[in-house]
Amino acid sequence: MTTMSMIQAVNSAMAVMLSRDPKVVVFGEDVGYFGGVFRATEGLQKTFGKNRCFDTPISEGGIVGAAIGMGAYGMRPVVEIQFADYIYPAFDQLASEAARIRYRSAGEFTVPITVRSPYGGGIFGGQTHSQSPEGLFTHVVGLKVVIPSTPYDAKGLLISSIEDDDPVIFLEPKRLYSGPFEGHSDGAVKSWSTHPASEVPEGHYRVPLGQAAVVREGAEVTVLAYGTMVHVALAATRDSGMDAEVIDLRSLIPLDVDTIVKSVSKTGRCVIVHEATRTSGFGAELAAIVQKHCFFDLEAPIERVTGWDTPYPHAFEWQYFPGPARVAEAMRQVAAG
Amino acid sequence: MLDSRHRANHADHALAAQDVRAAVLELRIPEPAARAGQPVDFSKLKLSAPGAVRRPAVAAVADSMHDLAYGLIRVLDDNGAAIGPWVPELPSAALAAGLRSMLRTRAFDDRMYRAQRQGKASFYVKCTGEEAIAVSQALALENTDMLFPSYRQQGLLIARGYPILKMMGQVYSNTLDPLKGRQMPVMYSSREHGFFSVSGNLGTQFIQAVGWAMASALSGDSRIAASWIGEGTTAEGDFHYALTFASVYRAPVILNVVNNQWAISSFQGIAGGEAAPFAARGIGYGLPALRVDGNDFLAVYAVTRWAAARARANLGATLIEHVTYRSEGHSTSDDPSRYRAADEASKWPLGDPIERLKRHLIARGEWSEARHEALQNEVKQEIRALQREAEASGTLEANTTHSPKTMFEDVYKDMDWRLQRQRQEAGF
Ligand SMILES: Cc1ncc(C[n+]2csc(CCOP(=O)(O)OP(=O)(O)O)c2C)c(N)n1
Repeated sequence: MTTMSMIQAVNSAMAVMLSRDPKVVVFGEDVGYFGGVFRATEGLQKTFGKNRCFDTPISEGGIVGAAIGMGAYGMRPVVEIQFADYIYPAFDQLASEAARIRYRSAGEFTVPITVRSPYGGGIFGGQTHSQSPEGLFTHVVGLKVVIPSTPYDAKGLLISSIEDDDPVIFLEPKRLYSGPFEGHSDGAVKSWSTHPASEVPEGHYRVPLGQAAVVREGAEVTVLAYGTMVHVALAATRDSGMDAEVIDLRSLIPLDVDTIVKSVSKTGRCVIVHEATRTSGFGAELAAIVQKHCFFDLEAPIERVTGWDTPYPHAFEWQYFPGPARVAEAMRQVAAG
Repeated sequence: MLDSRHRANHADHALAAQDVRAAVLELRIPEPAARAGQPVDFSKLKLSAPGAVRRPAVAAVADSMHDLAYGLIRVLDDNGAAIGPWVPELPSAALAAGLRSMLRTRAFDDRMYRAQRQGKASFYVKCTGEEAIAVSQALALENTDMLFPSYRQQGLLIARGYPILKMMGQVYSNTLDPLKGRQMPVMYSSREHGFFSVSGNLGTQFIQAVGWAMASALSGDSRIAASWIGEGTTAEGDFHYALTFASVYRAPVILNVVNNQWAISSFQGIAGGEAAPFAARGIGYGLPALRVDGNDFLAVYAVTRWAAARARANLGATLIEHVTYRSEGHSTSDDPSRYRAADEASKWPLGDPIERLKRHLIARGEWSEARHEALQNEVKQEIRALQREAEASGTLEANTTHSPKTMFEDVYKDMDWRLQRQRQEAGF
């Protein structure tokens, strides 16, 4: 065990897989010599050589298309898209190709690739360094979508994603790279070192895809969250003094429906939190699932706390970000309803 | 049978010519000539002597000038003299105005960079060492021509007389910000100045410029368009879209690739610049393609006038590669000492654009070191005064900006019920 930040945990997952599996290769913009603009691939080229970790042209469609081709050959590429906001040029390769090749070839060809990308706001990145596009990918059948919230999960989930035989979109909450962030924009920046989930095994381990984690047990209301919003939900619980059960989904596709249903059946109340825009966001899917499976247990309408339906505004980052005050307000409303 | 004999012949031929043999395949991954701590090496950079590259007639067919994509059009020699067929007709007053715009751009960049370091802004991008491209091209084009820039062409706005105070307002996201705090610093927009809203997503503007030019042609207009991307961005699909549409429709547009050698940490070879110059990409699309010394104010002016004259005469688009050097970090988020030799900028063989234009004006007998220094000081004072004025309206850390209520506007022409309700929910 050693203490790792989330970025170190991500790095460690790739290092472990590069040394265990000669089929794993890592590439993307600035990931080789430089080690990535967020330093996720720091030292990998030096340790494993240029053939295992290298720079690519600035071409997201090219990066994902090449990864698919390598996957067809039998390799297991792990590619980085520098910011999730820049994944759109690769959308055709992901939605029309990666997601469907197994199906259209009746299993003859598969796409065992992992597409890593930092997402989410909180760094004053404006509309092109802050987006949360997970809903675009959960809507595409054939893709898996994974989002960690701690260093321990980041490493274990990334290893599972790399080992997975289907394409995985692995979204990393960039605001959590160096410390747990609870959404208080004026609060001191915390480091991971005092957080229990920064204790990370140095070697290989898995956190299975499709298993949510109950990060706080409670009786009053269930809060469904992932990524940065898990920490915001915990802060909201503390700030409001409410006895919330906070569930970290960890993987959106495949989704751990049982854990969700069990919790909401117990509390009878549900708040869904994501940073992405509201309309057609993953929260809508979660709400539909909860009302279908927990209809007779629900004591109040389900609430969603999300980013507003606008682009991410640069100067209004903290008015846009669904922080703990908004989450706590929704929790109170749902508890009173 | 025939087919296999043909193939065998073909293989024999190749073997005889080069003695190539099948081998265990290996992947080539390009490496720059020098990394941090290594000696600078620009020996692979292909230069032509000033004045050496020919100037085809404006009406020449694209097929007849492939050599221009591989040469380097230069006008200014080391002594500041303007020589060769590309010497433009430019009155000294225009050159002096260009020099002033370049100095203002550099001074503005320096102040804003420092302000970011002091926490007054979230982010900044300098164009230091590349000022001649934007400023000279703004001068070479008509003010009514439409510009589709990247984040590194602030010189276009400054040369077109856009108020620097407003630019500072945007950098600080304060109440002077014409974009209401919605956009990052450096991603400007000014319809009035024919400057299209800068996108953070690389390359998108290249094909948009072609579309604007197509519309101008469809409308029987006289205005042309121009766009700029970095050499790294030529790897995006948008580059191919732009060249294809520009070629097919003979769109009146100037497509500029600013090759400043580095795209964050990856050198121009990662974008394919070792196999062939970026200008040479144009040949395959049947476009005239020029490679120009981007630090030579006069050469940039001359090629832009040439390309604009073609566009205005319905002879279509031109691809221009500007060979220059990004003297500073990619942005305030970058630390170039991690990946490139620290003294590369000072050893760049094409020098500094401001120094070179200064030398030329002095050689013309129109300028002096003393006058230059005076101008430099005047410009610095002006920018400092503007900065004080801008900061009086707030900085990012002071959080004095437009009302957050405005963030719900302009998503659509008319706000729909969702946004109205969300604005209420947000408490505005
Ligand atoms: C589609 C897209 N991919 C990646 C990025 C991240 N990014 C911003 S600038 C940059 C390098 C661009 O280099 P180049 O095109 O050479 O222009 P320069 O910055 O050198 O002017 C990268 C990779 C982006 N903004 N958009």
